[in-house]
Amino acid sequence: MKKTYKIDVDCANCALKMEDAAKKTAGVKDASVNFMALKMKVEFEDGADEGAVMAEVLKNCKKVESDCEIML
Amino acid sequence: MSKKQKKNLIRIIIAAILMIAMRFVPVSGIPRFLLYMVPYLVIGYDILIDAFKGIINRQPFDECLLMVIATLGAIALALYEDGDYTEAIAVMLFYQIGEWFQSYAVGKSRKNISDLMDICPEYANLLDDEGHVTKVDPDEVEVGSLIVVNAGEKIPLDGLVEEGDTMLDTAALTGESVPRHAKVGDEVISGCINQNGVIKIRTSKEYDESTVAKVLELIEDASSRKSKSEDFISKFARIYTPAVVLAAVALAVLPPLALLIFGHNPNFGTWLYRALTFLVISCPCALVVSIPLSFFAGIGSASKHGVLVKGSNYLEALADTKTIVFDKTGTLTEGVFKVTSVHPKDISEEELLHMAAHVERFSTHPIANSLRLAYPNEADDCEIKDVEEISGHGIKACVAGRIVAVGNSKLMDQIGASWEDCDRAGTIIHVAIDGVYAGHIVISDLLKEHSALAIERLKKSGVKKTVMLTGDRLAVAASVAGELKLDEFHAELLPQDKVAKVEELLENKKKNEILAFVGDGINDAPVLTRADVGIAMGALGSDAAVEAADVVLMDDDPLKITTAIRISRKCLKIVKENIYFALGVKFICLILGAIGVANMWVAVFADVGVMVIAVLNAMRCLIYKD
Repeated sequence: MKKTYKIDVDCANCALKMEDAAKKTAGVKDASVNFMALKMKVEFEDGADEGAVMAEVLKNCKKVESDCEIML
Repeated sequence: MSKKQKKNLIRIIIAAILMIAMRFVPVSGIPRFLLYMVPYLVIGYDILIDAFKGIINRQPFDECLLMVIATLGAIALALYEDGDYTEAIAVMLFYQIGEWFQSYAVGKSRKNISDLMDICPEYANLLDDEGHVTKVDPDEVEVGSLIVVNAGEKIPLDGLVEEGDTMLDTAALTGESVPRHAKVGDEVISGCINQNGVIKIRTSKEYDESTVAKVLELIEDASSRKSKSEDFISKFARIYTPAVVLAAVALAVLPPLALLIFGHNPNFGTWLYRALTFLVISCPCALVVSIPLSFFAGIGSASKHGVLVKGSNYLEALADTKTIVFDKTGTLTEGVFKVTSVHPKDISEEELLHMAAHVERFSTHPIANSLRLAYPNEADDCEIKDVEEISGHGIKACVAGRIVAVGNSKLMDQIGASWEDCDRAGTIIHVAIDGVYAGHIVISDLLKEHSALAIERLKKSGVKKTVMLTGDRLAVAASVAGELKLDEFHAELLPQDKVAKVEELLENKKKNEILAFVGDGINDAPVLTRADVGIAMGALGSDAAVEAADVVLMDDDPLKITTAIRISRKCLKIVKENIYFALGVKFICLILGAIGVANMWVAVFADVGVMVIAVLNAMRCLIYKD
């Protein structure tokens, strides 16, 4: 299961940090952040609850880069 | 400008005015320090907060922290010596200017690139059974619906033309400026602009599956496949930042200690200042920002020219292409068989074609089709009866009372006609009338208009080896390879043989050289995947090829391969320029900072100035002219 979310982040390095944070979140199989298109593509693990996982992803991203947003 | 950019611009202006104004306020000591803190906090409060959050979340080594340590350190020094606070504020100010500029430049290029890819249709005119037209979201149109596209509108979904006749502007998709004609029964793809007539289209795909949606998805996904340069930079930044911080600490502590041990004045202040300068210089933003930006701009520019690159890594690889393997049919040749020569014996050319075309009237074989095309008056009143297809040999029929046999040499042998061979490359069709040999017709595939030029340009641009693989006969392959001046060709290959040949070539090339395979996507998928870079050509509409390929040429012009390689080289050159320039300036400034030649102003240039220049340089990737 893959989904794409719109994100808002200021710098390329911050986008990299968001990607790392999203990848490390439980329930996320893989994630990639496209800084130029301002999009995050998340591949969920089987049976993961998207809503809950994404809330967690947002929380983790905020930790590494307070100035970021994911449009859920 | 976004809201945030406006806000930050105002902050920058206020802080700059305040900073200058403070110079004229006649206070000293603590009140002076407090006054100077106003512009510092105006310009730096968010950085302070971010740095603090970074420490709490154990993500300390980022540029915010570097800036905070450097500026707080400079303030502490100034407070201790009751000296100049301007420097600390200026560092923060310039850092913010740099950040602002970066966000502005990135926003701008994002917009440029998305304008470039302005192919997304906003609506579809859905026609219902009663003939009413409603504007709907392309997403809501079901397969098999009838839609109307007026002049000037974009075709929102792929489909077949049911009514109307028009010229289509495909430039946004293919980079091709010559409009394409579309008439009843033609397949049209979404994203094209209808130039003049009104057409009705029966949709054949949902929006998500249609060309325009696929192309957009492809481009947006492209920069998530990181190139080696990008990987290098993100790894580099991970090691580099902590290393510089450690070096700065060492610079602040070790030299004064050594001086102290040897009985000199330790000059703690000076060494601390140098260490702080070090920190300002160290920020890797110039690289971290400009390199992904270069690739993104390069991919955007390529797509404007009708070349879709599926990832930064492929854009990077294309630059080192040294071997190009081509499929023949449909790639170097048109893939359409045409009559190329007619060699009659004892009758006229016209008559020979006439007879052959008639015999093939009812056949659906591709060869029959090309024979009929070569004789446009085929549907005249000659009577044709007793058509007999002899599998693997040809066709016999009675045309206006004469028995005409059209087929290969085996057929001629069978009916006892003495045939003559032909030295032309192609498929040779012999004709016998009433058992007597009447001559032959050569049918062959035509070379594409630009094939020879494309090969020539590829060689000029540094491609060492051009190879052609084909399932066709040796004679045909040899003739094509000769005409195009290809270095190597292999004929009579089955699809699995092609994979084996490509693997053989992959083994024989040097390690850092890239092998690209170019095919038209029809039964090429395994080879496309196997090559370092798989290039599918004219692949609009062929999903399997788009899926398997790394680079997709939107139209079927082989010249686009050079376009792709050139854009890739330009982009790579800019990336390298930026890497050498940014790292070079930084290392020089680091050394100058360590020995005390460079002050914090130089450090600010090394950080912000370099970044601005690198970003401007990266934007050049957007420009490519044929």
